[in-house]
Amino acid sequence: MSEELLNLTLHVWRQDGPNASGRFETYQAKEITTHMSFLEMLDVVNEELIENGKLPIAFDHDCREGICGTCGMVINGVAHGPQKLTTTCQLHMRQFNNGDEIWLEPWRASGFPVLKDLVVDRTALDRIIQAGGYISIRTGSAPEANEMPIAKAIADHAMDAAECIGCGACVAACPNASASLFTAAKISHLSLLPQGQAERQDRARQMVAQMDAEGFGGCTNHGECEEACPKGVSLRWIARMNRELVRSMVKADTPIESRKR
Amino acid sequence: MELRSNEPTGPIENRWDKHKEANKLVAPANRRKYTVIVVGSGLAGGAAAASLGEMGYNVKCFCYQDSPRRAHSIAAQGGINAAKNYQNDGDSIYRLFYDTVKGGDFRSRESNVYRLAELSVQIIDQAVAQGVPFAREYGGLLGNRSFGGAQVSRTFYARGQTGQQLLLGAYQALSRQIEAGTVEMFSRTEMLDVIIHDGRARGIVTRCMKSGKVSPHIADMVVLCTGGYGNVFYLSTNAKGCNCTAVWRAHRHGAAFANPCYTQIHPTCIPQAGTYQSKLTLMSESLRNDGRVWVPRRKEDVTKRPEDIPEAERYYYLEERYPAFGNLVPRDVASRNALYVTNDGLGVGPEVDGERRGVYLDFGDAIGRLGEQTIRERYGNLFDMYERITGDSPYKTPMRIYPATHYTMGGLWVDYNLQTTIPGLFAGGEANFSDHGANRLGASALMQGLADGYFVLPFTVGNYLGEVRTLPPLTEDHADVIGAVEAVEERVQKLMNAPDPKHAPEYFHRKLGRIIWTKCGMSRNKEGLEEALREIPKLRDQFWREVKITGSGEELNQTLERAGRVADFFELGELMCLDALKREESCGGHFREEYEENGEALRDDERFSYVAAWEWTGNPGEPRLNQEPLTFEYVKPTKRSYK
Repeated sequence: MSEELLNLTLHVWRQDGPNASGRFETYQAKEITTHMSFLEMLDVVNEELIENGKLPIAFDHDCREGICGTCGMVINGVAHGPQKLTTTCQLHMRQFNNGDEIWLEPWRASGFPVLKDLVVDRTALDRIIQAGGYISIRTGSAPEANEMPIAKAIADHAMDAAECIGCGACVAACPNASASLFTAAKISHLSLLPQGQAERQDRARQMVAQMDAEGFGGCTNHGECEEACPKGVSLRWIARMNRELVRSMVKADTPIESRKR
Repeated sequence: MELRSNEPTGPIENRWDKHKEANKLVAPANRRKYTVIVVGSGLAGGAAAASLGEMGYNVKCFCYQDSPRRAHSIAAQGGINAAKNYQNDGDSIYRLFYDTVKGGDFRSRESNVYRLAELSVQIIDQAVAQGVPFAREYGGLLGNRSFGGAQVSRTFYARGQTGQQLLLGAYQALSRQIEAGTVEMFSRTEMLDVIIHDGRARGIVTRCMKSGKVSPHIADMVVLCTGGYGNVFYLSTNAKGCNCTAVWRAHRHGAAFANPCYTQIHPTCIPQAGTYQSKLTLMSESLRNDGRVWVPRRKEDVTKRPEDIPEAERYYYLEERYPAFGNLVPRDVASRNALYVTNDGLGVGPEVDGERRGVYLDFGDAIGRLGEQTIRERYGNLFDMYERITGDSPYKTPMRIYPATHYTMGGLWVDYNLQTTIPGLFAGGEANFSDHGANRLGASALMQGLADGYFVLPFTVGNYLGEVRTLPPLTEDHADVIGAVEAVEERVQKLMNAPDPKHAPEYFHRKLGRIIWTKCGMSRNKEGLEEALREIPKLRDQFWREVKITGSGEELNQTLERAGRVADFFELGELMCLDALKREESCGGHFREEYEENGEALRDDERFSYVAAWEWTGNPGEPRLNQEPLTFEYVKPTKRSYK
């Protein structure tokens, strides 16, 4: 595909630390080729900032191939930017036009405090998994793998839910800053599988309780999360999570209050 | 330095059991008295930390990422091998062992490889029980495929995201232990040194990447599962953050570094598009099943559109040179041939630094034969990814591919227990050198990481602690701890205050990568390596003089993080070139142009059937070479030939 050069104006959220107040600062990105990835464009801007003695823009990134879930910023009001099913690191500059103004912000949610510039703290998502997003199986105690056949359709369905990369775009896109899509994807993945049945009720209850405790909002069916999700994780998992939660309340043989944490 | 492999003797199929029976244990009630540090949270580190936590040890786990779920194991696409023989096609533990020793070009330790093959079957059981959604057949049993030219179908997979799903399995097991309080997790924390006390590894010094605070962590032992060093090339398929700092710091304290010149180049990656390029993306090797590799026959045609080049003017070089294997020749052969044709000026795609480094991978024939729908079903995800990155649709025009560094077989030297030459310091996963010899087979990296993490380390850690029983108490006010912390702080200050600051760390890293890639990459020769060994120290001196870092060390500072890593890559890069120079043979991922016969690698078992374990002497240019001789009782060395 042919290469073009772009000159862009960036308005970037700069914030020195978690307790500092932030502001937008404007930078010019010159002669950016359309073959560059979005993060490479920021690399170029940053290298120039450093050479001019200024502080580079802090942003999270790692694998740069759309699977680790580290990167993420709000680009022109859209989590991960304008291309569907694409993480920020996989977004390329051919999605932009010469002369564009681009606004860059961190994920904004009270569950994700800003650490610096575009870097946020997403450890709340880890704590939701710690609350029950696993199957308790001790290393070495597993039965022979083929002893338990699982229908292909069920395994594929579980894999659809397991595709979540934990980037947090769903939270950033949600008007309520809800982590429902993230939480629902893991609850669904594990509750679909026969291995996940033993802890099914506790898992749903504990994970939802933790999500609430972290200060994430509730789901009111806007659907923005699914729209922003770079892996196409479906909104229907939230419906399943809600079913799992109700089920755990009516079927539970343990008290409804979530386990003491 | 004495290299004792500590491998058991006797029939190979009994060695691991025999070893376990002979070794020491720690009673369940005593385990909580021991603190074990695990650095890294990928397949090896995550699995080890979770398993040790379950057993009752007091575990501290560290990762540089913001969450342990993001380690680069997550990016592995293809699959994981296991000798289950579910397909009834004659696979066995012995066959997987045999294939791995042969694939490693007879440069690995037989006992270790056999254990790996033996443990492979348990890994699949473990992962399935955790809820890893592997591909299944309609009858509900696990599906397999043949991978990387294997003659049996022993690869388990979860779509194109096997690494992700296996890592999430380990991460979830780890999360359970964090919740249970047996594992304390430190994310966004970088290990910058090892604490050695009384000749043993007793802790690490870390820098909190949020606050910049440098702190010591004292323990009874340390396990490094910090991955490979592929980013020494600057451009690789590794994540941007992957680095060699943990293993290199250990090396500088006396841990031997084994076979650094064994690096694996993957033939099917998306080529570099410009000098700004920050990383390379791998496209699954399975593409070569249906794609045909070619370049124009004539230099004049390299800028033409591929569809304008008639069939007769296309040079299907793999098919012509290797009629038996064609486009499916092994990774190293495919990679080197791409280098040769582009060296001849036949490369295609954009010019970067005055060279066109790309070849076509053409699906035109396959689409004509099988229809676009079939190709979409087989490779749809990969084609979409290619189009996102390049803007070209492989349904309409040939892909462009070029080799890229993908995996490093070299690493810290370890014995059968995965202990380095520093007592109390262990290494697992890609960070050690142990199982792949000079070349790793496809779908074996995940297997090794998890075998080390779930099944080897939990046992050998206990054995070490059972043997040492009680270590002398060590507190933060001991001179060894204070000294280690001060050394880290000094180094941070030195990086922050270069005398003549001019360039960001990336500037130097790109230059270093260019030297290593051109002179110690797919194809190496004496002259080039000697040149690299002259250039690297000069560039390193310039780095320490001119590296420019803005901001301070007492805050989140990504430039400082990168600078420290680049500084270590300089020293490791030099060792790589020395090792490559010293190894006057071609084997696996190490190809020396002087040692070949009709384009085939020429191994020299007489002189080089050993593990090169390099010892730090205080000067990066003058390491001491120690040799661990390799003996082959079961798989007799033969020559690889694909003609």
